[in-house]
Amino acid sequence: MLMGLTDFSQDMSSGDLIIAALLIPATAALLIPLFHRSPNLREAVTLIAATSLAMVAWSLYPRIIAGAQPELKVWDVAPGLDLAFKVEPLGMLFGLIASTLWVVNSIYSIGYMRGNDEPRQTQFYVCFAVAIAATMSLAFSANLFTMFVAYELLTLSTYPLVTHKATPEAMKAGRVYLVLLIGTSMVLFLPAILLTWAAAGTLDFTPGGIIVAQGLEPLQTLGATDAISKAIPLSPLLIGGLLFLFVFGIGKAAVMPVHFWLPAAMVAPTPVSALLHAVAVVKAGVFSILKVVVYIFGIDTLSKTGAGDWLVYVAGFTVIMASIIALRQDNLKKRLAFSTVSQLSYVVLAAAILTPISAIGAAMHIAAHAVSKITLFFAAGSIYTAAHKTEISQLNGIGWKMPWTMTAFAIGALAMIGLPPTAGFLGKWFMLQGAVTTEQWFPVAVIVLSTVLNASYFLPILVRAFFLEAVPVSMHAAGAKNAKDTHDDDHGEAPFPIVLALTITASMSVLLFLFPDVVLDLAKLMVAGG
Amino acid sequence: MSSLSWGTAEPHLPILLVVVPLFGALLVTFLRRGILAWALTLAVTFVLPLIAISLLAKVLQTGQPIIYEIGNWPAPIGIVYKVDQLAAYVLCVISMIGAVIMPFARRSIAAEIQEPAQSWYYAMYLLCLTGLLGIVITGDAFNAFVFLEISSLATYVLIALGRHRRALLSAYQYLIMGTIGATLYIIGVGLLYVVTGTLNFDDIATRLGPAIADPGYRNAVLTALGFIFVGVSLKLALFPMHVWLPNAYAYAPSVATAFLAGTATKAAIYLFIRVIFSVFGIALAIDSLPIPLVLIILSIAAMFLASFSAVFEENAKRMLAYSSIAQVGYIMLGIALANEASLTGSLAHIANHAVMKTALFLALGAVFYRIGSVMYDDMAGIGRKMPLTMGAFAVAGIGLMGTPGTAGFISKWYLGIGAIDAGHYSIVFMIVASSLISVIYIGRITEVVWFRAPSESAKTAKEAPLSMLIPLWLLAGATVYLGFDTQATVDVSAKAAEVLLGGIR
Repeated sequence: MLMGLTDFSQDMSSGDLIIAALLIPATAALLIPLFHRSPNLREAVTLIAATSLAMVAWSLYPRIIAGAQPELKVWDVAPGLDLAFKVEPLGMLFGLIASTLWVVNSIYSIGYMRGNDEPRQTQFYVCFAVAIAATMSLAFSANLFTMFVAYELLTLSTYPLVTHKATPEAMKAGRVYLVLLIGTSMVLFLPAILLTWAAAGTLDFTPGGIIVAQGLEPLQTLGATDAISKAIPLSPLLIGGLLFLFVFGIGKAAVMPVHFWLPAAMVAPTPVSALLHAVAVVKAGVFSILKVVVYIFGIDTLSKTGAGDWLVYVAGFTVIMASIIALRQDNLKKRLAFSTVSQLSYVVLAAAILTPISAIGAAMHIAAHAVSKITLFFAAGSIYTAAHKTEISQLNGIGWKMPWTMTAFAIGALAMIGLPPTAGFLGKWFMLQGAVTTEQWFPVAVIVLSTVLNASYFLPILVRAFFLEAVPVSMHAAGAKNAKDTHDDDHGEAPFPIVLALTITASMSVLLFLFPDVVLDLAKLMVAGG
Repeated sequence: MSSLSWGTAEPHLPILLVVVPLFGALLVTFLRRGILAWALTLAVTFVLPLIAISLLAKVLQTGQPIIYEIGNWPAPIGIVYKVDQLAAYVLCVISMIGAVIMPFARRSIAAEIQEPAQSWYYAMYLLCLTGLLGIVITGDAFNAFVFLEISSLATYVLIALGRHRRALLSAYQYLIMGTIGATLYIIGVGLLYVVTGTLNFDDIATRLGPAIADPGYRNAVLTALGFIFVGVSLKLALFPMHVWLPNAYAYAPSVATAFLAGTATKAAIYLFIRVIFSVFGIALAIDSLPIPLVLIILSIAAMFLASFSAVFEENAKRMLAYSSIAQVGYIMLGIALANEASLTGSLAHIANHAVMKTALFLALGAVFYRIGSVMYDDMAGIGRKMPLTMGAFAVAGIGLMGTPGTAGFISKWYLGIGAIDAGHYSIVFMIVASSLISVIYIGRITEVVWFRAPSESAKTAKEAPLSMLIPLWLLAGATVYLGFDTQATVDVSAKAAEVLLGGIR
């Protein structure tokens, strides 16, 4: 499959491909409003853009695997502030996930938005395309400034998607979303970048890191640039403080206590929750933290100074706490959202274990969680579209009416728990390996305990769906007050595009387990230092 | 632009920059028809940026200030115009803002001001522009006072022409405060004259050093500094001397507000920098009076308190007015920190803020033109009816928040580096925390105009006409452009900052 895709782009230089990856979604955002009056053409633009973006990303893939790291300098804004892109293995992985799932999600969006007769669909698709452009820029960013530009653009472009319904509840969620995400990025992330610049004299992502610790020789072999030699050495305490600013400044990673925006964002239409708030936006968060840990601080610097030791506990706490909160949610999307908060911190936790094998686990988990969580959200939206049900307590017996949806849901749930034959198993396995070999027992305990918790909030849903009798409408629990009163029990499967999309992503979750090399090859390259 | 040929007028460009709008104003008063007055004003305002850019190009090219002796009388006797990097840069900002909003003005003024008074508006507009450009270009302390008064008097009329009855009261408020400010300034200048025997900025600066060694004169100089500091601070609306500003901005005609917000406080800030850095030398100020400390405290108070006021406003123009007070706080903070990065940030923000704030006020002007109100309740849902207008508003608003990729970020970045260089890490966090408040007030109006159900007046509103949209989008585009291409702002600012700080060492 890959060979066929790469043919068309063999003549293109890698730089051209990077430009294409950024311009395709941006152009789509400009073209979509032109077809405001003919929805079919409008959706065609989205589908064509998504497909070509995925093809571009997949044709970059073999070059990255071959060891290339194409760069593209666009513009020097001011000293230290360069708009520049560079595709390294981790960014490639993130770019592949976002662009591939955009295709599936577009199919799903069409079914969902039409099936639910949503208003303002043109605006929806425009913002979506801008968000994807921002995601690709973030994935391919070569320095902190470029990443920051893309990061903020991603927040701003998804704000209209969160407030899409324009109800008071959506407005309130939009406020939380904007203030928390922009707020943390301005108050913590920006000072972190400023201080990094003041200390290191560069903002470039450099293998081995650019922060120099007091009493530690900088890695001459890896990061021996001019800037490094001029860098001001920082004490471990300062490095820890700087890491603190980054971790909580990158609010998209939803490390507690800056996670409130994510459950709030669930008022958005489900395709938004599925691709943006389970994949693009939140992964942008953990991806940014991973990049900062690996390329700004350097794993070596952090592990030798012990400046990042606290992160294990913060991430571990988030994993457990978010799972416990998820247990208590009756609203399906809210439960999935807290599950996302928990799963995101797995990645942070894996990064904080600071071993190569756990970093591979982090990369694997990013991919596995992406395809699995999007499946779960697709299923939730499918249930909403077909049956207008939003609460878990309403789902008794639904598995027999919507077999495709609920089977896909079951696969996604297994992946969340971390069971084979799904990709979720592999990520956890590598993380555990990393923690056990370095005898870090706290992360081990966290992973084990959270697996139990995951099982206890996902399995009951499956039990309800397949093994409990459906309850007549009038007897629904009082907790179902949020649901539309008009929902009926006389329904079948959701529209075909929806079912198609969730079947594809569920299969991906299994395929990734069977053929993990696509991800592992990239992850190993990342760990090897590019 | 240096290729622009002015022929024999070339050496006289500095004086032309003042004389052209002055005589323009005079001519405009003879034109009874509003459209003719507008056309002449348009022509005049479009010439001014060309002159200013030529001056800037020349100064940057030679690296030397342009000295123009009026009537060929040299410095101690005659009045001298001096254009250095900083002056040329601020002249460009003021004249460009003055020009770019003129196409917008025609319809807006026609709707807001009765026909007979329209030519008065344009005459006063040009007179105000004369004053502001004069403040910046002159090298003479008393001459600066004269231009300060010219611009102030013209501003009173501009505000009073507002449609709302409270415009008169606001103009009166401004009159009182402005007069007090100008009086304090001239008292300070008088004291300096007693001590140094000259009114030329450069001469005062050179004679101040020896004079201050005499303890008798020293107190006079410090008193002068105090008077000038407070007087100019009133003019530039430094917190807590800002109370005249919100009403003046809120009730003036829409175009006048946009113009004043972009230029008036900037000229006063220029005068402040000129006096503190070039005349007194910040070193003197640091040694004798805690001016930097006072400035830092007042600037930070402005950044927070004015921003909070903006959050709770229901009138969009007043909201932006409070935001302006906060933004003046940023600029003054950079001046107070007084290192190269912070000063670069401040000077860059003079242009960046002028661009963004003018765009925001113009967007409100377009809304006012369509629905006759800028109250939040009336503006509800207007974004769906005027997407291009409110789209530009959103872009400029995002710039105001200091989002990366916009002009606002560049200023903030340099201010932040300046704070780190000065060793004030806590100030870094105050800068970013206060810009978080701007997220809230911009977010609030965004929510009102895009997501609330349309108000009665918004239901029938139409998109603004092209003559309004073009200037609006030029400025909104500049907000993004200046976030990436910083040659015109940061590079020039950095050079000017270097010169200003060099004068001290």
